Amino acid sequence: MATAVSVQHLQKRYGPTVAAADVSFDVSDGEIFGLLGPNGSGKTTTVECLQGLRHADEGRLEVFGLDPRTDPAGVRRLVGSQLQDSALPDRLRVGEALRLFSTIRPGGRPWEAALEEWGLGDQRRTAFGDLSGGQRQRLFVALALVADPRLVILDEMTTGLDPAGRRVAWDLVEAVRDRGATVLLVTHFMDEAQRLCDRLAVLVGGGVVATGTPAEVVASQCRSVVVTFTVAPGSDLGFLRSVAGVDAVEQDGGGRARVTGAGPLLARVGHALVCHGLEPIDLRGELPTLEDAYLALTAGDPASPGQEEAGA
Amino acid sequence: MRALVAVTATELRLFSREPMTVLFVLVLPVVILYVLNGVFGGQPADPSVWEGIGAVDFYTSAYVALVAATVGVLTVPVHLAGYREQGVLRRFRASALSPVALIGAHVVVATCVATVGAVVVGCVSVVAYGALTPQDWIGVVAAHLLCAVSFAVLGALLGLVLPTARAAQGLGVLLFFVFVMLGGAGPPSEVLPDTLARVGDALPVTYGARLLRGPWLGNGVDLQAVAVISGLLVACAVLTAWRLRTDDRL
Repeated sequence: MATAVSVQHLQKRYGPTVAAADVSFDVSDGEIFGLLGPNGSGKTTTVECLQGLRHADEGRLEVFGLDPRTDPAGVRRLVGSQLQDSALPDRLRVGEALRLFSTIRPGGRPWEAALEEWGLGDQRRTAFGDLSGGQRQRLFVALALVADPRLVILDEMTTGLDPAGRRVAWDLVEAVRDRGATVLLVTHFMDEAQRLCDRLAVLVGGGVVATGTPAEVVASQCRSVVVTFTVAPGSDLGFLRSVAGVDAVEQDGGGRARVTGAGPLLARVGHALVCHGLEPIDLRGELPTLEDAYLALTAGDPASPGQEEAGA
Repeated sequence: MRALVAVTATELRLFSREPMTVLFVLVLPVVILYVLNGVFGGQPADPSVWEGIGAVDFYTSAYVALVAATVGVLTVPVHLAGYREQGVLRRFRASALSPVALIGAHVVVATCVATVGAVVVGCVSVVAYGALTPQDWIGVVAAHLLCAVSFAVLGALLGLVLPTARAAQGLGVLLFFVFVMLGGAGPPSEVLPDTLARVGDALPVTYGARLLRGPWLGNGVDLQAVAVISGLLVACAVLTAWRLRTDDRL
């Protein structure tokens, strides 16, 4: 598949602060690519350099073959973006904003369609300053898409949306991809990344620590699977230690058992239990999630939660 | 170009939604003109003040220039600094709508507002106080446009340099009062103490007024005023372009 975005050894400093130490990844045409990482890990800096909003100190950047440093205007014509920390004039109305941003590419889809698509039909004449947080967020995403871009950059798109709004936004991101655009998604939400991203990169401290499909990233970090069930207190579960893949078996006083190990553990433990006449109704397997992998990857990062993105 | 037209239309609409700004820019000069003419209007031409011409004729061109200068140093920087602060400029830069179109739109809007103000002040002066009608219409229109565009570009530069809308507001109001008091729109410079008169001579609005006064009264073009205002325009345009090009944090 053709490469939509290529970032090779990106470096960016703000004075003494290193925002991006060495960021490299490629995004294929037509995929949804996620950028994950704690605050200050360089995600926003990376997408700002890609849009030509900031000048990278070192490294090679390409967006559909164009260099955002030498041809920012060319890049921006291909990219629609929803930025963190951006706004519109308070008195600008929703309809006016969409019409204004649709002039970037004449002959594109009519901007009125975006109103309905993003549930802003009733707000057409509402001033930006009077919109709720969720409505603003929807308007920004609508503006990012109104000129039919080939690459859409969504930086914390669903922050500030309620759960229903997030589901709607997710469906729309998939609709955007199905229309043929490539999506670069910066997010803090692991469920969002797991649900939407074809591939993703995890950034820590200005460098990429993992890339791949969500499943690959999970598999690379978390090998252990947990199986839990409840049996009569005091039951002898020693036979489970000899089941292939099992590393440990714990049982508390209430009869609640927890088996950890690797491989197809649920099936094997279930088989062994049935063979020994035990049929717990609450037998469950817990596969590691992207969140587990993410926490393992970012465990050593000094950035504490809530710290602001460097330079944003 | 298409972007400039679209952004300008939008900005004009936004400006019309700010009644207080419109009031300040358009009504205040008329009120001051009314007060000053009430005080000095009846005086005949006196060779020792107002460059030897009638008070009304002196003040009319001073106020037309003052309106342009006020729009330039007050409304333009407050809007642009506010846009920067809130991230509106980032929003524009990230899209294919260039910040140059946004700044161009502000210059066009400021020039339009200054023109409305000039017409209002001019009409009030001529109709209510018997000021001379412009003797050289083309010269007056050209002088006004040069003056309005130059102050608007000065405002754009201030808007890109000042940290916040609040700072822009503070500086704008300060400049407005300095312009009123020392730029020819207040006491005539002949009665000001030496130091203050020299400060007045250093203010661009003084030259804006002189630029207009020549063709208005049929005295020809004041070349020094043309040079000062054109120089202001070129310097501010160059600095604005440099600022847009070099600072990627705007």
